[in-house]
Amino acid sequence: MTTMHSLSSDDFLDLASARRRPNRAQLAGILLLVVIALFALFGPWLVDIDPARQQLERFLEAPSLAHPLGFDQLGRSMLARLAHGTQLSLALALVSVLSAALPGTLLGLLAAWRGGWFERVLAAIADAVLALPGLLLVLLLAAFAPGGFWPLYVGISLALWVEYFRVVRAASRILLASPHVEAARLLGFGPVHIVRRHLLPELLPRLFTLMRFGFAGAVLAMSALGFVGVGLQPPTPELGVMMIEMLPYYGEAPWLVGAPVLLLFLTLLGLLLLSPERDA
Amino acid sequence: MTTSTVPAWGRYGRLLAQRLLQAALVALLVGTLCFFMTRMLPGDMAYRIAAGRYGYDMVTSAAADAVRLELGLDRPWLAALGDWWGRLLRLDLGVSQVTAQPVAREIAWQLGPTLRLSLLAMTFSLLIGPTLGVLAGLKPGGLLDRATLAVSTVLRALPSFLLGLVLVLVFSVKLGVLPAAGHDDHGSIMLPALTLALGMAAVSCRVARDAMVQVRGSAYFAFALTKGLNLRQALLRHGLRNVAAPVVAYLGVQLVYLVEGVVLVETIFAWPGIGHALVHAIFGRDVPMIQGTALVLGLMFVLFNALVDAACAFIDPRRRA
Repeated sequence: MTTMHSLSSDDFLDLASARRRPNRAQLAGILLLVVIALFALFGPWLVDIDPARQQLERFLEAPSLAHPLGFDQLGRSMLARLAHGTQLSLALALVSVLSAALPGTLLGLLAAWRGGWFERVLAAIADAVLALPGLLLVLLLAAFAPGGFWPLYVGISLALWVEYFRVVRAASRILLASPHVEAARLLGFGPVHIVRRHLLPELLPRLFTLMRFGFAGAVLAMSALGFVGVGLQPPTPELGVMMIEMLPYYGEAPWLVGAPVLLLFLTLLGLLLLSPERDA
Repeated sequence: MTTSTVPAWGRYGRLLAQRLLQAALVALLVGTLCFFMTRMLPGDMAYRIAAGRYGYDMVTSAAADAVRLELGLDRPWLAALGDWWGRLLRLDLGVSQVTAQPVAREIAWQLGPTLRLSLLAMTFSLLIGPTLGVLAGLKPGGLLDRATLAVSTVLRALPSFLLGLVLVLVFSVKLGVLPAAGHDDHGSIMLPALTLALGMAAVSCRVARDAMVQVRGSAYFAFALTKGLNLRQALLRHGLRNVAAPVVAYLGVQLVYLVEGVVLVETIFAWPGIGHALVHAIFGRDVPMIQGTALVLGLMFVLFNALVDAACAFIDPRRRA
């Protein structure tokens, strides 16, 4: 189950085991993600075929050595489209996660540090965003400019920053009140030192968990919206768009719809396996 | 009990107040976004609304001017936003620009299917997930435990819209036992409900399993067995309630999945509910419908959350404090 807001306290319980060497499932997850990331990074360059180039005489051509995924219904190279689609998805996810994590973390730290009305206003805004399931927020923003890249990016980042804010604020409030931080403060260390030495080491594992979930949520939201037709539009090589475009050809060319489905599934599986959870 | 000074209704009252605040926030957020959506759409709004009301071939500039005057479309945006909120407060959702029907009437049609689908999905998920989880938790590391772990991991990595596709391929295309889409056919609710249910069961199964393992290791469970209850009795009298508490609490987290899933699953199965209507309103740039459907989905989310709160308090007396 992957959603935009799917965290539970369970996901933070394993801080101790997170520092241990990765288990087998985690290694498998890392391996999967590294392969997919390399494909996204170098795939478009290696395949070197324009994903929009149509060779109509080759439509639905079966996979061959030169073209491992064959050609789609408009005679476009499926491998090229998959490589570009993967790059697009991962890039959007990375950018939105970073644009959510940085302000979210900073605001969380500031809110915990300053307290007062500043904290209350931010907490109220965070509550307002969380009142709605994340995908609904993204859908509403996508409705502003259907088919555009920007509303997706803004929507996903807007839905995701809240998690960082809340987690960082809650954890920092406890940490700031702890004796070792108080000692550091009394010794005359400034806020930068305290955040760097005492807060960040505690926060980083949680931030990493959030980023993992956020990344999965972003990839998922983009492909889900593409799939139902309110995300990016054809002919953009986007995973969800490709799935719905290739679905009618399931009978003759199952690999066409299978390729983006498998890629999305493996990306989400890789992210899931990374969790330090018991034996998963 | 230190909280005995607070009357019982006060605790429920505070929970209720929180959820009412959440409902107000949903309305504020959805309403404001939709207001700016109308302002940012290309073309003259007065003409568009007039076209929605009177039909595209009946629009004259006089009709558009009448609409402009009536709705105050020429007024500054802040005042217009105030009006917009006022109408929302009076539950006036406006008129669909595609069907020219009042949004409220459209939604009244769609609410039933959506509620039926979500409740059936939740029921299925609670029947499948916790049952398998308890059985797996009785023998940690056993065959069932490992099998459910593998299946649940796969299901968790499979987005709802793809899971729906897989179910259609298996049950409609290969086996031909259930209809793939639609509403009228007998059993057409089964596949969309199963899609949502399996996604949720994948998680609740693991939650129940972990809770069961914990119960088995607890002193009170050991005592129940020592005093002579058999496993079945101990489970029914002491185990299940303690397994139910985390499962129901986790339901609160899963509601996000349910509501998001309803939108996607209704759309791919052509199930005539609110999620389906929302996606189609976005296609048609029908802002009143976008607002109405998003609002009702958001409020449904709040309502389900409140029900989960109540269920948590009912199952676990410690949470009533």
